[in-house]
Amino acid sequence: MRIVQGALLAVLALGIGGAQAQEKKPGEKLKVGFVYVGPVADYGYSFQHDQSRKALAAALGDRVETSFLENVPEADSERSIESLARSGHGLIFTTSFGFMEPTLKVAKKFPKLKFEHATGYKRAANVSTYSARFYEGRYICGEIAGRLSKTGTLGYIASFPIPEVVSGINAFMLGAQSVNPNIKLKIVWVNTWFDPGKEAEAAKALLAQGADILSQHTDSAAPLQEAEKQGKLAFGQSSDQMRFAPKAQLTSIVDDWDGYVIQEAKAVLDGTWKSHDTWGGIKDGMVVLAPFANMPDDVKAKAEASKKAIADGTLHPFHGPVFKQDGTEVVKAGENAPDPMILGMNWYVKGIDDKPPQ
Amino acid sequence: MRIDLTPRTDRSALMDALSPVLAFAAALVVGGLVVAAMGRSPAAAFVTYFVAPLSEVWSLQEVALKAAPLALIATGLAFCFRANIWNIGAEGQFVVGGLFGGWIGVATHGAAGNTLWVLPLMLVVGTLAGMLYGLIPALLKVRLGVSEILTSLMLVYVAELLLDYMARGPLRDPAGFNFPQSVTFDDAARLPYLMEGDTLHAGVAIALAAIVVATLVLARTLFGFTVRVVGASPRAARFAGFSDARLTLAVFAVSGGAAGLAGIAEVAGKIGQLQPSISPGYGFTAIIVAFLGRLSPAGILVAALVIALTTIGGEGAQIDLKLPLDLTRAFQGLLLALVLGADALSRYRVRLVPGAAA
Repeated sequence: MRIVQGALLAVLALGIGGAQAQEKKPGEKLKVGFVYVGPVADYGYSFQHDQSRKALAAALGDRVETSFLENVPEADSERSIESLARSGHGLIFTTSFGFMEPTLKVAKKFPKLKFEHATGYKRAANVSTYSARFYEGRYICGEIAGRLSKTGTLGYIASFPIPEVVSGINAFMLGAQSVNPNIKLKIVWVNTWFDPGKEAEAAKALLAQGADILSQHTDSAAPLQEAEKQGKLAFGQSSDQMRFAPKAQLTSIVDDWDGYVIQEAKAVLDGTWKSHDTWGGIKDGMVVLAPFANMPDDVKAKAEASKKAIADGTLHPFHGPVFKQDGTEVVKAGENAPDPMILGMNWYVKGIDDKPPQ
Repeated sequence: MRIDLTPRTDRSALMDALSPVLAFAAALVVGGLVVAAMGRSPAAAFVTYFVAPLSEVWSLQEVALKAAPLALIATGLAFCFRANIWNIGAEGQFVVGGLFGGWIGVATHGAAGNTLWVLPLMLVVGTLAGMLYGLIPALLKVRLGVSEILTSLMLVYVAELLLDYMARGPLRDPAGFNFPQSVTFDDAARLPYLMEGDTLHAGVAIALAAIVVATLVLARTLFGFTVRVVGASPRAARFAGFSDARLTLAVFAVSGGAAGLAGIAEVAGKIGQLQPSISPGYGFTAIIVAFLGRLSPAGILVAALVIALTTIGGEGAQIDLKLPLDLTRAFQGLLLALVLGADALSRYRVRLVPGAAA
C-alpha cells in the first residue's frame, strides 16, 4: 500500500513539465538523472557520484530508474540537463559547479521537476544545493602529514582557486602547523580537475623540490602513483585509491553522496521534498576518510581521535586565532570561523609561502 | 606490393554526389554491428540517434543551435583551406570573440537609459576581435615565414588562458563568492529568442545570413575567384599576379571574423555570461565539418547538421539505451574517415601493383 501511495505522490511530484506533458500512471518509477562533468571512469569525483547512483538503484530497487550523462562540458550543459528533464526524469542531480546557471534555467522551465546542484550557491523553489565540508578531512590529513614528514616540506596539487580549494589548502596547513609550527607547504596549480599527465608532472615537480608527502585536490590517481614510485607518501582524493598506491596512500578524503542521494530520492517519492542547502561533514557521513594506512600506530590513533573530535564538534579546523599571511587576525582566539567566511575564502593562512592566484 | 592512386579521367558526377551518402550508409552498417555486439537493438539505436532528435520541436531547435556555430566557423575556414592556407586556431578566435564581445556585456551590466546599441556593439566587437586575433598568425607567416599551422594552434591556448584569467580575475562577478564567472548579462546584451521555450536564439539566424553572404562572396566576387584559383593552381595564380601575402591576410581575417562572430553569438545567446570556458571544442570540430562538407558552404551546412544530430542523438542514446558516450565519438570519427575515403575512391583509381617495392 505504501508503495502505491509513494508512487501516486511521485506522480504528483514528477508533474508535468513544459511542452512534454505526459501523464504518469500509478506504479511508474521515479526516474533519476545524473549529469557528470568528467568520465565515470575517472576513479575520482564523477566515479564517486556514479557509485551513489548505483547505491540509489540498489537501495530503492524498482521504485527508481537511473540514467547518467558523462563528460558534459560546462558551457554546453543546458541541453544535457534539459534532455533529462524532457525524458521523464523527476529528479536530476547536476554535479559540477559550472552547471549552476544552466540548472537554474532548466529548472525554471520545468517547475514541477526537482533539481539537486552540487557545490553551487544559487537555489530556487525546485533547486536544492549540496556540498561537503572537505576541509574537515583536509585538516586531519595535515596533522598526519605534519607528524610524518621528514623533510618538513609538504606538496599540494591544486585545481582551481575557488573557495573550496583554497579553504582545503588552509585547513591542511593549519592541521600540519598544529603539530609542527615550522612546516613548509609548496603548491602547484594545474588548472584542471582531471588530467593524469599534468597531475603526474606536478607531483614530480613537488617531490623534486623536497616535498615528501603529497596532497591533491584533483581527481586522478596519478600523483599517488608517482609518490608510490618514488617511495614517498600521499593522500588520495574523492574515492579510496588504495589499489593504485598500496604503499603510499595514507588515507583518502572520500566523498560519500550515497546517503544524501537516497534521502533526496525518497523525499521526492514521498512527496516531502523541499528546496534546501546541505553542507555536510564528517558528522553527517558525507566526508569519509579511507582507512588510515602506511603510518605508525600512534599517528593512526591521533588521527582517529581528531576525526572523532571533529565529528562531535570539539575540534574545528578554523578555530581561532587564525591569521592571514600579512598577520591580520581573521578569527579571534576561542572562536570558530563562520561558514560564510569558509565559503568565500580567497586568502592563505600565515605560514604559506606563496600567493593565491587571483 | 604497391598501391597506386591514379586520378580518374572519367570522373562520374553521380559518384561524386553519391560518395558521401554511401559513406554515411557504410558508417551506419558498421555502427549497427557495434551496437548489436553490445547487445542492443541496432534499429532502436538508429531511431534514437537519427530520428528522435528530429521528431520534437525542442530537439530540432537544439540541433540548429549546435549546428550554427559549427557551420559558421567551418564556412570561414573553407576560405583558408581552399587557398591551401591552414588556420587551425578557430577555437582561439572563437574564444577571443566571445571574451571581448562579452566584456561589453559585463561593462554595461545595470546600465540605465537607452541600451539598444549594446547588442550590436557586442557582435561587432566580437567579430573584430576574432579577426584581429586571426591576423596574428597571418602576419607572422607573411612577414617572418613562420608556419601558420603552429602559430594559429598555439594561440588557441593563449586565448583559452586569457579567458580563464579574465573570468576568474578582472571580470569576475563581485557578488559571486569568488566563484569564477562574470555577472549574468542584462537582457539588452542577450540575443533575443526566436521561438517560445527560450531555446532557439537569433544567433542561428545571424549564422545563416553570414553563410549566405560567404557563399555569394566565394562564387561571385574577385576575392572568391582568387581563393579558388590559388587553391586549384598556385602557379597559375602567381602568374596571374595574385599576391600570396594579401590573400593570406584576407582569408585569416575572414575565418577569424567568422569564428569571433560565432563566439560572441554563443556568449550573448546561449551562455549569457563569461565563464572560464565557453566552447565545447567548436573551433576544432569545425575543421572536421569543413572537410566533411567538402569546403563548400552548402555541404558544410549539411555536415554541421549531421554532426549536431549525432551529438544530440548520442545524448539520447546514453539516457535511453545506456550506450556510452565513447560510441558516439567513435561513430563521428568513423564517419569522417569513411567520407574522406569514399571521396578519394571516387576521385582516384586504386591499382595494386604486385611485386613492386612498397
